[in-house]
Amino acid sequence: MGTEAGVKTAEENRSLEKIHMFHKGLLTGVPIMLGYLPIAITFGVLARQAGMSLTELTLMSLLVFAGASQFMGANMIAVGAGAVEIIIATFVLNFRHFVMSLSFMNQLRGIALKWNIPLTLGLTDETFAVSALHPDKAKEKHGALYYAGIIIIAYLSWVLGSLLGGVLGDIIPEQLSQSMGIALYAMFIGLLIPSVKKNLRVGLVAIVAMLINAACVGIGMSTGWAIVVGTVLGGFSGLYFLKENKQ
Amino acid sequence: MTILLIIIGMSLVTMIPRVIPAFVVEKLQFRPWINRWLSAIPYAALGALIFPGIMTVIPDQPMVGIVGGIVAIVLATFGLNVVLVVIGAIATVFLMTM
Repeated sequence: MGTEAGVKTAEENRSLEKIHMFHKGLLTGVPIMLGYLPIAITFGVLARQAGMSLTELTLMSLLVFAGASQFMGANMIAVGAGAVEIIIATFVLNFRHFVMSLSFMNQLRGIALKWNIPLTLGLTDETFAVSALHPDKAKEKHGALYYAGIIIIAYLSWVLGSLLGGVLGDIIPEQLSQSMGIALYAMFIGLLIPSVKKNLRVGLVAIVAMLINAACVGIGMSTGWAIVVGTVLGGFSGLYFLKENKQ
Repeated sequence: MTILLIIIGMSLVTMIPRVIPAFVVEKLQFRPWINRWLSAIPYAALGALIFPGIMTVIPDQPMVGIVGGIVAIVLATFGLNVVLVVIGAIATVFLMTM
């Protein structure tokens, strides 16, 4: 065989590997899709009722990509709140992504900045949770494509779901969409439990974070800051609980 | 027009905190304890995202969310795939609100 054929095969192999990695990421992201679609559709419906046009609500999903803050934004637009007020509230609510992104980027050391920038832009609670619990892929070849797969399926579900909600209105029966509100919580639990089974102390870190978050909400802190404080301090408890673990 | 400005503003204040760590981590080597703190963050974040939020799935009926959560814990403990854990929890809440 000539060298030309050999080169071609190597190239084909490489692109197959890439597709494989991306595909794996898409599959890993399926639970996020399941959780996002009903919420995104609900957002679309709500945003229309708040007086936003189809273009505006889809644009919001495209550019903001952060569920809770979009619901809040639509509600505030509906009651005629000022732009500055809405933007500050969004910053507070989404600041937790800063902490998550720090952790995510530390996990993805070794992946080039040109990949990491778009990956951080696609960071949500859910894409972070799923990605962070698959840290092994960061060390594999084409690992960035794996995380890109997780993010893209989540992003498309979110954007298309919002559009769908805006066009079709309430297509999911009320009781079902209400029940689907538990989907993302169940996903977080489904992600956490396998780690806890491997190391019970991981569960202690999560419980500390839960209690701190609940306490912060109890003393009247906003949801956004409460999650930031719970996550940061809960992480510190990991210094104690997870100390004998070499990473 | 105002709505467009609001969307752009919301986008900026969401995207900037997300992207800054990419540059920070690229530039800095962290001390070991910071690395250990950062690797505990995912578990802490999961905890903070689950509770107490799960109690608000059905407004004014915190027990529905809690029972759904317990079902999810049981299913996940048996080693079921995350998709099945999610479907099981949805079914539980659905039945409880019938």
